[in-house]
Amino acid sequence: MAKCKYDWPEAGQRKLIGKRISRVTGPAMASGQAKYSYDINRPGMLYARLLACPYAHAKIKSIDTSEAEKLPGVKTVRIIQRVGTEIQWAGDEIVAVVAEREEIAEDALRRIKVEYEKLPHIVHEEDLSQVGDRAKPAAEQRTGDPDAAFKDPDAVISEGYYGLPVIIHCTPETHGGVAEWVDAENLRVWISTQNVSGLPPQIAETLGTPVTNIQALCEYMGGGFGSKFSPDRWGIEMARLAKDVGKPVKLMLQREHDSMVAGARPSYFAKIRVAAKKDGTLTGWESDTWGTGGPGGATLPPIPYVLNVPNQIKRHTSVATNVGPARAWRAPGHPQACYLTMTALDDLAAKLNMDPIEFLMKNLALAKPREQIYRQELQKAAELAEWTKNWHPRGDKSPGPIKRGLGVSIHTWGGGGHNSLCNVAIHPDGSVEITLGSQDLGTGTRTVIAITAAETFGLPVEAVTVNIGDSKYPPSGGSGGSTTVGGVSGSTRRGCVDALEQLFAAVAPGLGVPAEQLEAADGRIQVKGDAAKSLTWKQACAKLGVKSVQVQGKNPGPCQLGSSGVGGVQIADVSVDTETGIVKINKMVAVQDCGLIIDLKTAENQCYGAITMGIGYSLFEEKIMDQVTGRMLNPNLDSYKLAGIGDIGEIVVHMMTGPGYDDRGVIGLGEPPVIAPGAAISNAVANAIGVRVPTLPLTPAKVLAALAKGGIA
Amino acid sequence: MSWKKDKVRKPAKPNEALTRRDFLQGAGVAVSGGLLVGREPAIAASPDEKAKVLGPEAVPITLRINGKAQKLTLEPRVTLLDALRNHLDMTGAKKMCDRGTCGACTVILDGKAVYACSVLAIAAQGKEILTIEGLAAGGKLHPVMTAFVEHDAHQCGFCTPGFVMASKAFLDKNPNPLQQDVEEGLGGNLCRCGVYVGVRQAALDAAKARLGEKGGKAHGKV
Amino acid sequence: MQAFEYANPTTKEEAVRLLANQWGEAEILAGGTDSLSLMKDHVSTPRRVVSLQAIKELRGIEFKPATGLRLGAMATLSELIESAAVRREYPALVEAAEGVRSPQILNMGTVGGDLCQRPRCWYFRAGYGLLARDDGKALVPEGENQYHAILGNSGPAYFVNPSSLAPALIALGAKVRVFGPQGTREVGLDKFFLTPASDDQRECDLKANEILTDILVPPAKGTKMAIYEVRQREALDYPLAAAAVVLRLDGKTVKSARVVLGHVAPVPWPAPEAEAVLVGKTISEAVADEAGKAAVSKATPLSKNAYKVQLARVAVKRAILRAAQGGA
Repeated sequence: MAKCKYDWPEAGQRKLIGKRISRVTGPAMASGQAKYSYDINRPGMLYARLLACPYAHAKIKSIDTSEAEKLPGVKTVRIIQRVGTEIQWAGDEIVAVVAEREEIAEDALRRIKVEYEKLPHIVHEEDLSQVGDRAKPAAEQRTGDPDAAFKDPDAVISEGYYGLPVIIHCTPETHGGVAEWVDAENLRVWISTQNVSGLPPQIAETLGTPVTNIQALCEYMGGGFGSKFSPDRWGIEMARLAKDVGKPVKLMLQREHDSMVAGARPSYFAKIRVAAKKDGTLTGWESDTWGTGGPGGATLPPIPYVLNVPNQIKRHTSVATNVGPARAWRAPGHPQACYLTMTALDDLAAKLNMDPIEFLMKNLALAKPREQIYRQELQKAAELAEWTKNWHPRGDKSPGPIKRGLGVSIHTWGGGGHNSLCNVAIHPDGSVEITLGSQDLGTGTRTVIAITAAETFGLPVEAVTVNIGDSKYPPSGGSGGSTTVGGVSGSTRRGCVDALEQLFAAVAPGLGVPAEQLEAADGRIQVKGDAAKSLTWKQACAKLGVKSVQVQGKNPGPCQLGSSGVGGVQIADVSVDTETGIVKINKMVAVQDCGLIIDLKTAENQCYGAITMGIGYSLFEEKIMDQVTGRMLNPNLDSYKLAGIGDIGEIVVHMMTGPGYDDRGVIGLGEPPVIAPGAAISNAVANAIGVRVPTLPLTPAKVLAALAKGGIA
Repeated sequence: MSWKKDKVRKPAKPNEALTRRDFLQGAGVAVSGGLLVGREPAIAASPDEKAKVLGPEAVPITLRINGKAQKLTLEPRVTLLDALRNHLDMTGAKKMCDRGTCGACTVILDGKAVYACSVLAIAAQGKEILTIEGLAAGGKLHPVMTAFVEHDAHQCGFCTPGFVMASKAFLDKNPNPLQQDVEEGLGGNLCRCGVYVGVRQAALDAAKARLGEKGGKAHGKV
Repeated sequence: MQAFEYANPTTKEEAVRLLANQWGEAEILAGGTDSLSLMKDHVSTPRRVVSLQAIKELRGIEFKPATGLRLGAMATLSELIESAAVRREYPALVEAAEGVRSPQILNMGTVGGDLCQRPRCWYFRAGYGLLARDDGKALVPEGENQYHAILGNSGPAYFVNPSSLAPALIALGAKVRVFGPQGTREVGLDKFFLTPASDDQRECDLKANEILTDILVPPAKGTKMAIYEVRQREALDYPLAAAAVVLRLDGKTVKSARVVLGHVAPVPWPAPEAEAVLVGKTISEAVADEAGKAAVSKATPLSKNAYKVQLARVAVKRAILRAAQGGA
């Protein structure tokens, strides 16, 4: 392929890309200077609170806000959902209050009287026999000849039950923000969002305010994981409230409210049969799945996952429940599909008396087009986990109650770059600015942009100013689907190459060469092959006179700067206390590809973080609902259990780079490494104790119950 | 919370059950923050000191934050965290769980790490309060912060100030920790993005750097 | 949090006068780690909060070989952990406190607060009352009872006592001093915790206008002691089951034993059945296991917490083995 002008520098030429570089936002974060939407305090700002419905399913019979309105300091009380509305989940918002201080707003809520007619609710879905007409079966899907595959007398068939419950996003910064009407027509909102550029159109539509009059800001945001793409009802309400009271209004969800309503990952449960030949070749898949994502139910997850098993029957039942609705949870559908598939296959491998890595290797032809990548990654992961030394067939036979086991899982994701526009400015004083309506969720967006620009201009990272988090900037896509790094690096690279051309044009006459003969390197603009003929960056920029170079960069665009599709392999090494059922992580190994890595340090950190989150949902996390009251019982962080610093063991991350990887261009990484931990950890536990613990999280109760049914042996 | 199974009582009228209802009258009038400020050690007060009951309305409060006295008028129910964030615009300490669990609001009170969400502002009078803003005074990063940056011990960064403050207090007490000590010493902080690997390394490294300055010998990363 | 007036007495007499004579009107503020959360959740809605933080006589930790240990109710858990005497004489108490794991809670939380903290029962915390009832119906037996009681759970209380220190203190024969309008009274800690029969009763023998002032622990010289907590997470997390064991040995033979379970019943749960197994025996894995089994022999698990029977049994066994090996 002919060299295209925007192409990434060749491996040997890269000064910054692919190195371990500390994120540019680090000092602001570590020193507490970073301002999140929750931290925005505006002059005269008032505080809003929301009254939520305590019932999982109810009709509003009456609302009396008079006592609240009388309370001194209360500025407005606004009914969000009117009498007669049918509420579908506990925590749904009924009334909003604005007061001078947060405490008064809270007092006011408690003076509001709402009468409900309670309606029957369902909040549990694992036992399908109890959900009645909430179950909506979908049409059976068939491919190939599954009947023949399962009837084959030589087939080895494994059958099992697997599942994982609803968990929540639990973003560190709850949902919400601050709304301020700059004047009668113009609204400014600071919202904790993954979608700065996409917010004004959504707000405009609901409020009936022109998009042009709305500015959304989000300089720093405290975690989204897929739950913060929309302004949500509270985002709209805070704008309305701010208009009503003529003052800026802060409306942040309280933690327990956030836990109930602002993000859930659908559950899935499954009865699965898989068939293989005696040599391990997969021949058939049969699954009956069901799950819920709240009132909307849950669609069939992408199973069988990664390995496209020939001859399938899939039956799925969506269950509508009165649980706060699902939102995209980091790699939507994949952690669940991966868990269901890789546990079922692991059980089949055990039945075949095969090493699960060997079993996966045997079937990699079903993982096209990433067969070779998985092969390399499995080998690397096995090496890092010392698989040959540490793995044993199911059931650790060593004495004592502590049993050790290893488990493996593989995953995939897309991660192609989204649409992104950016403005690149080179100023006569030598300063450089990249400006775009993106956001940094903690994935390192600013850092990636700064590195891309610095690499292109031959400057240090600190020389680049990155402006993001403002919808008035050139629009960039929402940060979902691991699309951001691909998007913003593409637009930035193209914009910077074009901007540099303009700078070269301004500088070339002085250096007495055509612009094409110039290059930017080491803080200088120099003649290719004749570094003696050069100007410092600053001197070069001074040649611009009084006019900055202003160029728009775009993704997608000419030249292949990114692509889509990654693989990953994870191995869990665990110890199980068979007397208490407690699972401890000894070590997690993650081998991951994501094309050309811009910043190795933040990329590795994405893997560390995703695995930590994966340990959390494998061992601890569950949205626990009470069927009688219809309420979430563990909405606070003492009872919704996140993994802590002592729970993660050793985490080893290996990023696949070099030929065959770098040349795919930039691909996103935010989601893929969170997919595999569930299956890897569950498989490791099965390997340790000799029996499958069917559902996540792997609590002592479930581990002991599985052991009671038989184990080790 | 607003959707609690609600058995709220009527808002207060002076209450017969309280043993000394006279304390209710004029509370906050005869009282000034000065009575409480400098209370350490105990002020000499007769058992019948009426002015010992403050509020429920806002009362003058003086907090000593990062070496500076801050005068506020707050209801007794206002937590130190809300005082910092809502009344002083010191937003480094974050509100994440607001239930004394996650550590995002960690500040250092008289040398000890505490959850600012679980301290009443009124009760923090007379104590030295160190917040993240005070730890990065003059725009210079504290060595713990530098170590956090170096080891990328943050992603979204929302829990980071709490982790930095907890680490600072931990290292003051445990200058030469092993990894297991770090895991126990930072067991009161939670992160959702999952940056514990970086935090572990940052804490160990910050200790090492400090010991290096003092000519001590660090355990290193164990 | 509902608005309240705040009192900051400097003597216990003053404190008691500032309290109300019925529950719910005034609440005590010790370390604040639990009480503020309860108020934020509107589980507790006092009109007055009486801080004990300025009462110097409630602080302090003193040990005398002849009389034993005095823990001021307002001594913090950190102070307990850092006390050389406690570390030397009562290692199980240090271990129990360290189990809390959060330095912030250790720094703020007090010994008295640990004993008087309210149950973690999620129905209670969600506003369904101490007995977790909705429209008169008990929610726990058919509900999410995975963390609830397996002993002493015939109703109407199903929560578990959440104290970290109580099992070890009871095993050590501790008593508490309570100060009220009538002066000081002493109560054995084993008698201090109560199983409420109605929603307006509390789970300890403290009247609304009384405060806990001291915890007195007899000398433990010559004993071997240990605790064992089964906790799912390494970080701040309430144990699923715990056991404290104090053994007095004659050579290798157990002369006397105290075994107390935690987090399994509405009160810390003494296990005389386990003690009976141990007395006269030499500690071995088999004996410890037998004692563990005896400790839970009367367990009546609910629909979702049978696993806790096993955890309690293992906690007892492991605490015994650790104690026999020389203590915490």
